[in-house]
Formats: sequence, structure tokens, C-alpha cells
Amino acid sequence: MAETAVKEKEPLFQFGKKERHLITDPLNDNNPITVQVLGICSALAVTSLVYPSFVMAIAVIFVTAFSSLFTSMLRTYIPKQVRMIVQLVIIASLVTVVELTLKYLNYPIYKQLSVYIGLIITNCIVMGRLEAFAMANKPWRSFLDGIGNGLGYGAILIIVGIIREVFGKGSLFAGSPIELKIIGPTVDYFINTTDSALFGWYTNNNLMVLPAAAMFIIGILIWIQRSYNTKLVDVS
Amino acid sequence: MEFLNTFIKAAFIENLVLAYFLGMCSYLAVSKSVNTAFGLGLAVIFVLGITMPINWVISEYLLSENGLFGVDLTFLRFILFIAVIASMVQLVEMVVEKFSPALYAALGIFLPLITVNCAILGGSLFMVSREYNFSNSIAFGLGGGFGWFLAIIAIAAIREKIRYSNVPPALRGLGMAFILTGLMGIAFMSLMGIDPAAYASN
Repeated sequence: MAETAVKEKEPLFQFGKKERHLITDPLNDNNPITVQVLGICSALAVTSLVYPSFVMAIAVIFVTAFSSLFTSMLRTYIPKQVRMIVQLVIIASLVTVVELTLKYLNYPIYKQLSVYIGLIITNCIVMGRLEAFAMANKPWRSFLDGIGNGLGYGAILIIVGIIREVFGKGSLFAGSPIELKIIGPTVDYFINTTDSALFGWYTNNNLMVLPAAAMFIIGILIWIQRSYNTKLVDVS
Repeated sequence: MEFLNTFIKAAFIENLVLAYFLGMCSYLAVSKSVNTAFGLGLAVIFVLGITMPINWVISEYLLSENGLFGVDLTFLRFILFIAVIASMVQLVEMVVEKFSPALYAALGIFLPLITVNCAILGGSLFMVSREYNFSNSIAFGLGGGFGWFLAIIAIAAIREKIRYSNVPPALRGLGMAFILTGLMGIAFMSLMGIDPAAYASN
């Protein structure tokens, strides 16, 4: 009986249509990178390979989700004038947790990401969601919103990472335990031509390794997305 | 001389926006007109130029092992750096509000957002990882800010002109800005590998 009474008061962890929207919306209609233009800063430099982008995506999902949760829990106690500092302290502590964990778990990747892990603090998507959502919503919803936005961000990161790595290096997941050679000649191509991967004639496109390529790819992704999703088109 | 080298290197060769893609959010959002871009660029130069030496002192004399406390406190780096940056931005905000209300109104939300401009924190983190000394950190701050300023003015000018061209509707605005930045990045790459120190010694 007590359970039903709680349910009528709106349960703490509800997962209905509205909550599902919080997760799916940032994947397309309200994507943090291609629509909200937030959080491009720290990520473009890490997407030249898929594996670091994947690690980065997970780190960002963790930080957005938990910073939203904690900010939302504290939202009634935070004075309006100092809210930015409070939010930044929450984010900075979470990022420190991520940094130390990564340093412990996988040192090579930590070295490779270097300052970009720290730059999650200033990743506008984290702060932007805290301001726009977590300061005005209940903890559970904010948590889901954080996960959704982290996923939307991570999705773009991994798409860009895959395109850049396949065309720039001919491999996938280089540096991880499941490294694959997708296109281009394999190492022993010149010794045994039959043993080459797909499209043995392919020469790596060095443009794709440059950070500038990430800008082109995201520009083209925006183009594709907006041709299908015409309500996003910039009218001005 | 070393000061000048670091300045030139930070401003042109290792431009924060076009080589490292830092500070993209405000770079893309405020670059619709040259006037506001100019104001924001100046604010970024100022904030970078001030926070960099302060953060240098903090990381050298408070956080390092042979600093004031004698223990390795580098895990506090993020929190302290961001606190310095946030307070400096607050200061800039008050100054701008007092002396140029028009600019204050034009910059709007983006002034407080300099706090989360990745170029500022990124600059400080680069400074630590590259082990600059004090004068170099000032040069890196000013040079990085100047490079950011140049980049945002350039793209704002291009975007003002491109409004009159026939861009596919889906690519208008944001998409075009991304591709332009990519092209500018490639143009700036031609400066890469130039070593100002080598010219100085000749």
C-alpha cells in the first residue's frame, strides 16, 4: 500500500516517454555539436583515431551525467551570483577523478589525450547543460539529460573518428587490443601481395590526420543532417 | 628575444584556434559580425595575458613538490586554475560594464562564457606541460590571445561577406563556418615548422 502512495506522488526513478526523449533528443534534433554548437573545443584534436575518441566520449558522458546529477541535487542551495564557480568546482572535481582513473587504468591513452582530458572542464556542453537544464530540473531527469547529451556528443566524436582513421590510417581501433586493418596495404604487402587487406592499392590520405579534416567532416555532417532535418536550417 | 619567439610562435605557428582548435564555442558563436568579434578578441587577449602568469606562479610555488607546501598537489591544478580564470573573467566583466556599456550589451552572455573558453584553460595546461618559464608564460599568454583575436576577426570578416553568396541552404551559417575554419587551419599550416629561434641566431 505504501508503495502505491509513493507512485502517485511521482516515483523517483521514472522512465517514461519524456525521459526517453531526454536521451534520444540530443542524438539528432538537439545534438550538442551539430545543433547547439557546444563542446567542439576540446574534442576535435582527439578524433584522429577511434580509440582515444571512444575513451574521450566515455569520460564526457561520465562528467555530464554526474555533474548534472550533483548540480541538480544542490540547485536549491546554490546562490545565483556564485553559481558558475560552484558548477565549475563540481565539474573540475569530476574531471580530476576521470584524469586520475585514466592515468591508473591506461597510461598510454592518458599521455595521448594529455591536456584534452583537463579541457573537459571547459567543454561548453557540460556547463551549457548545467545552466540550461540541471539548474531547473529534478536530479533523475538531469542525470538522463546529461547521459543523453554525452551520448550525442560521443556519437559525433566516434563517427568523425571512424572516418578519419579509416581514410587517414587505413586501420580501426589502432592502439587498442582489437586493432584492425581495414583498407590499404598491410605491412607485408610488398612481400606477399595476396595477403593485403581490402583495397591494397589505397594510399593513406594524410589530410585526414590533420585536425582541419575534423572541421570539414563535421561541416559535411551538419550539411547532411540539415538536408534531412530541414527545421534546423539557419534562416538568417 | 626568447620572449618575442614565444609570442610569434603562440600567435601564428601554433595558433590556439587554427592549430589546436581551442575556444571553438565562442569562436563560432560570436563570429557573426566583426564588431563583437573585435570586443571578444580583446577580452580574450586580456584574460589570457593575466591568467597565464598567475597560473604559472600557482603551479610553480603552490602545487609543485618544491613549492610552499612541500607536497605534490598537482591534482588540485584544475580546480585552482579554473578558479583564477573565473575570477579574472568576473573582473573583466566589471571593467567592460563600467567603461563600455555598448560592448557589454553586445557581448552579452559570451563575456561570462570566456570562463569556459577552452583556449584560456588550454593555454594554462599547455604552459604547464611545456614547462615554460615565467617570461615565456607571459609571452605565451599574450601571443595566444593575439592569435585567437586574429583568427576570430578573420572568420568574422569572411562570414560577413559570405552572407551575400549562394550557399546551399543546409550548409548556411554553422556548416559553412566549420568548413571555413578547416580551410583557414590548412592555410595556417603553411607556417608550421618555422622556427623563429633559428632566424634569430642567424
